[in-house]
Amino acid sequence: MPALQRILSTTEGRLAVIAFGVFIAMALLSPDKFLSVQNLTSMAFQFPEFAILALAMTITMLTGGIDLSVVGIANMTAIIAALILTNVTGSGDGWAVLALALCVSMVVGMLAGLFNGILIAKLGLPPILATLGSGLIFTGIAIAMTGGSAVMGFPVATAWIGNSTVLGIPTPVIVFALLALGVSLVLTRTGFGIKLRMFGTNPLAARYAAVNIDAMLIKVYIFSGALAATSGMVVMSRANSAKADYGSSYLLLAVLIAVLGGVNPYGGYGRVIGVILAVLSMQFLSSGMNMLQVSNFARELIWGSLLIFVMIMNTWRARRA
Amino acid sequence: MKIDWSRNETLVALVILGFCVAAAVSDPGFLSISTLTDLLRGGIVLGIFAVAALIVLISGGIDVSFTAVAAFTMYVTAMILNAAAPWMPWWAALGFGMGVGACLGAFNGVLIAFFGLPTLIVTLGTMSIFRGTMLTFIGQKQITTLPPGMRDFGRMMLLRGENADGSFYSLHGAFAVTVLVVILTWAILHHTMLGRQIFAIGGSSESARRIGINVRQVQFFVYIYVGALAGLAGIIHASMARVANPFDLVGLELSVIAAVVLGGARLAGGHGTLTGTILGVALIVLVRNSLIVLGIPSTWQSVTIGCLILIGTGLPAWQAKRAAARAA
Repeated sequence: MPALQRILSTTEGRLAVIAFGVFIAMALLSPDKFLSVQNLTSMAFQFPEFAILALAMTITMLTGGIDLSVVGIANMTAIIAALILTNVTGSGDGWAVLALALCVSMVVGMLAGLFNGILIAKLGLPPILATLGSGLIFTGIAIAMTGGSAVMGFPVATAWIGNSTVLGIPTPVIVFALLALGVSLVLTRTGFGIKLRMFGTNPLAARYAAVNIDAMLIKVYIFSGALAATSGMVVMSRANSAKADYGSSYLLLAVLIAVLGGVNPYGGYGRVIGVILAVLSMQFLSSGMNMLQVSNFARELIWGSLLIFVMIMNTWRARRA
Repeated sequence: MKIDWSRNETLVALVILGFCVAAAVSDPGFLSISTLTDLLRGGIVLGIFAVAALIVLISGGIDVSFTAVAAFTMYVTAMILNAAAPWMPWWAALGFGMGVGACLGAFNGVLIAFFGLPTLIVTLGTMSIFRGTMLTFIGQKQITTLPPGMRDFGRMMLLRGENADGSFYSLHGAFAVTVLVVILTWAILHHTMLGRQIFAIGGSSESARRIGINVRQVQFFVYIYVGALAGLAGIIHASMARVANPFDLVGLELSVIAAVVLGGARLAGGHGTLTGTILGVALIVLVRNSLIVLGIPSTWQSVTIGCLILIGTGLPAWQAKRAAARAA
């Protein structure tokens, strides 16, 4: 079957088969629950927040870097937005305050990314250490601003981002879809995207090709910071609160999804469609296991096994080729 | 003695010194035996972890699964010894833990050395696997009655005493184990062929292969050794806490790696010293235990550690970048 072989010869093709297989398996194992409208919508509300973090991880990994500060940025910006939402009283139902909070947190996210970018590009820190350190600082600032407790009591309008639907589609999915499309276009259709992948494949060649590496790296981390801030807004709206230690397991999950999606952690290769397929596989798996009443911790076990399985498959095929 | 100002060790030692002077000025009670024993106590488990992380970094890899190995080992060991071998003395319990840890480490070793997978990805994956297996199939409840061997070890003290003000201080016997681990690792790294080979594959695994080093075998040893050390640290942690809590330890891995990197080990491999590692651990423990003495509230602890990491790794990186620019 040459058609099947062609599908299986690419990382994305194999992932599509895995995602489809998991979906079918879960649908067969508990048809009335897994395929119910209720389950499908609850899945659609759950995955965007970590999927957006995985997008941020993807663009930094394409340059051969990594951004371990995404969860820190998300929580810090969410807390800043939450403090604005609870302390600034606007007129009306809070749309103006919400807009202000969103703008401020986006700017803060980009500044945090700029900080990372300067550390990495100008001072020459290894990305893993720079973002590990800055992630601790961002989380620390979030703790210091709140004393570690949750910020709650937002105007009604806030729930719109994380808890509403537009034309029957959950808003977080729309946000994610737009961002995924945007990232995909930037990576494939702009000079910036080409430079980024070129640097990831061979930094020296990129330098000889007169790519302004410092400016490019700084832009990448600003981009990643902005994505992390968006994810922070979605989490804040869905949880209707903000706290310094929300989503600490998302960091590992975001790295895992990016790698599962075929992004080369040493840089150079990665496609948004792979990341989307990886996100869907993970969400189908974990919702399905929820239906089957498998413990939460079994999810962790299966995620880890899936990651290693896919890596073995990828290297084994590469070696044979 | 000539002081080399460009080394990380010098920088970290100066920061520690500065911290102690500032702390002593703001609270004269800081300079006491109980502060010292508290610091040493805080460094026992962290120190063993750091030595393990150092060896992996020198060999050119990175391991984030060692805390999961430690948690798995302490939980499973406590359970097995309680059920099957309560007569086991403390030293056998420690040995048993090292064995369990070594098996888990061998799992990492197979994936890394024989399948050739990237170390960060493998250990991220196995961290979830170890933790998930333990919490799904073995148990989630704390074990509050430890086996007698571990209980005895938990009560062992090297020294004990009373301060002038009537408060007590003590130094746990496990400190001696940490010292032994440091000495053993020093001997392996600097006085055996194997140690030179670990440095060599970290420096350049291709060159190491060409001069006839069996890279896979060395890597395999490194991950088994790290697993054994992590298992040991897990047993010590449970014995000192007098409870085996499966949710302990995991989450510590990045702070440990930060401590080692502060001490001058490089992520690219081939560089790193035990002196630097010990200093790095000392600094992290100092910040965790005594930040409050300087008048900085403990909510700022993670900001402080974050800044230390950035300064500690940023200064040498920036110096290297400037030197490279001057040479070019």
